Amino acid sequence: MKAWAQKRGIPYFLLLPGLAWLTIFFVLPMIFMFTVSLYEGSLDTTYEFTWHWANYSDALSQFDTQFVRSFLYAGIATMLCLLIAYPLSYAIAFKAGRWQSVLLLAVIAPFFTTYLIRTYAWQTILSNDGVVVDFFQSIGILNSDEYLLKTPTAVIAGLTYNFLPFMILPIYASLEQMDQRLIEAARDLYSSSRTAFLKVTLPISAPGVFAGVLLTFIPAVGDYVNASFLGSSQQAMIGNVIQGAFLRTKDYQIASALSFILMALIVVAVFVYIRFAGSESLMGDEEAAT
Amino acid sequence: MQWLRRNGVMIFGGLVIAYMLIPIAVIALFSFNDPEGKFNFTWNGFTLDHWGSAFSIPDLNDALLTSIELAALTTIIATILGTMIAMALVRHQFHGRKAANLLIVIPMTSPEVVIGAALLSMFVYAQVTTGFVTLLIAHVMFCISFVVVVVRSRLIGFDRRLEEAARDLGADGWTTLRTVTLPLLAPGLVAAGMLAFALSLDDFVISNFNSGTTVTFPLYIFGAAQRGIPVEVNVLATMIFGLTVLAMIATLIQQTRAEKLASVRPDDDADVGFGGTPATKPATGAAA
Repeated sequence: MKAWAQKRGIPYFLLLPGLAWLTIFFVLPMIFMFTVSLYEGSLDTTYEFTWHWANYSDALSQFDTQFVRSFLYAGIATMLCLLIAYPLSYAIAFKAGRWQSVLLLAVIAPFFTTYLIRTYAWQTILSNDGVVVDFFQSIGILNSDEYLLKTPTAVIAGLTYNFLPFMILPIYASLEQMDQRLIEAARDLYSSSRTAFLKVTLPISAPGVFAGVLLTFIPAVGDYVNASFLGSSQQAMIGNVIQGAFLRTKDYQIASALSFILMALIVVAVFVYIRFAGSESLMGDEEAAT
Repeated sequence: MQWLRRNGVMIFGGLVIAYMLIPIAVIALFSFNDPEGKFNFTWNGFTLDHWGSAFSIPDLNDALLTSIELAALTTIIATILGTMIAMALVRHQFHGRKAANLLIVIPMTSPEVVIGAALLSMFVYAQVTTGFVTLLIAHVMFCISFVVVVVRSRLIGFDRRLEEAARDLGADGWTTLRTVTLPLLAPGLVAAGMLAFALSLDDFVISNFNSGTTVTFPLYIFGAAQRGIPVEVNVLATMIFGLTVLAMIATLIQQTRAEKLASVRPDDDADVGFGGTPATKPATGAAA
């Protein structure tokens, strides 16, 4: 019995503290928030749990523009990130040679300054009397009374900038561990470099691309820092609404319902991902352990 | 044309890197600015004054110290808990592996605003006063998953024969862990710890919900943004950036040296990065 406890009990002992922490401070609050989203009442009266599903329809009908806007902005930002990140990851993985670690350092360098300060720096760069606006006005992209701050362009640019490393790193990781002899083999079998890329490199990097898309899109869709630093209420995203409802207007039921709708959409996306690529490939493959 | 085709991707890469570094350059540049009003938006002349008075704003110092303290505690707790989970996942068979994996992945893939809001609503309900402790709870929670991912990729490339050798030579389990396993795991632990520290130091969204009256460095910046961020913030940010880059370069050099030493060993285990299938080419890189 003691021997069993010693041998079989070890993994549970190792898992317990960490998983308990995650259960108590992540799963439990989520369940709790779900019940809050079904309460009826307000701060002035009393709260009552009544399976009040109307909170969900209220939340959706009141804030549908912000939902659509969030998914639109995050979607565009994710696409831009992918377009920028893929060639860069390719360059770092295959062309950089001895500069590889320096370039990787440059990719993660933005993380060494606080997220808020980076966004604040963009506020400086895009400010009305800044260089960028001057330049755009002088070449006629912007009229003399048009600016960049408080526009969707600024918010999407901010999102793209801030989440770019989350796209680069997984794509780089999948390209870097690719066996380059596969490309040589394709070339030996008379494929053009274009076909070799499309038929060999691209499919091998697909898990990296997929992980990158999720890692970029999910934080972007819930973000409210870019919208509040670079946009105005006209560019408010669902994160701004949730934050405001929770911390300012204290409209807990609607805020919880909104959070849960967002969360549900994301859980669906993760499940689709797991079906598509398997949970192990997001986490690293432990079957390979010796 | 031929030249452009060959080097186009490198040129594009260079431009992207420049784009990524521009805001950092702006932050550093504007730490030398001498702004007219309260807002540090337009260049108004070079001065070293703010570097001289970098630590002259008490609120800002307190916020920075709180952040560092919080990040240090978070790093210690999250690294220990995350490493234990990673050990169990890689080295042991147990029931509920799928559920454990899911529990680790989902916090990483949840929007921060939802995590923060959910935690706050629980703390409010349980009548817990939010402050430093609730911040610590929240930070450890979102760091654990990242530690697991990093340490686990290091564990997968681990040559367990080294531990068997230690056991054969008479070491008990504890001695083996202390003298063989942990030292070999050290680069992974350092990488995971650094990641946890950075995540904690940088967190704004979850902290904004659960801070109460405690002010961290990002929260100070957010509060100050409305009335104009003092130039000293740029100075401190530039200092932190410089120190981190130096530390990274030092680790990089040290790692390259260690790899050169390690490559003397005849066998090369297939190395696994943090996002996919094992590589077929020999590599001894760390997971960082």
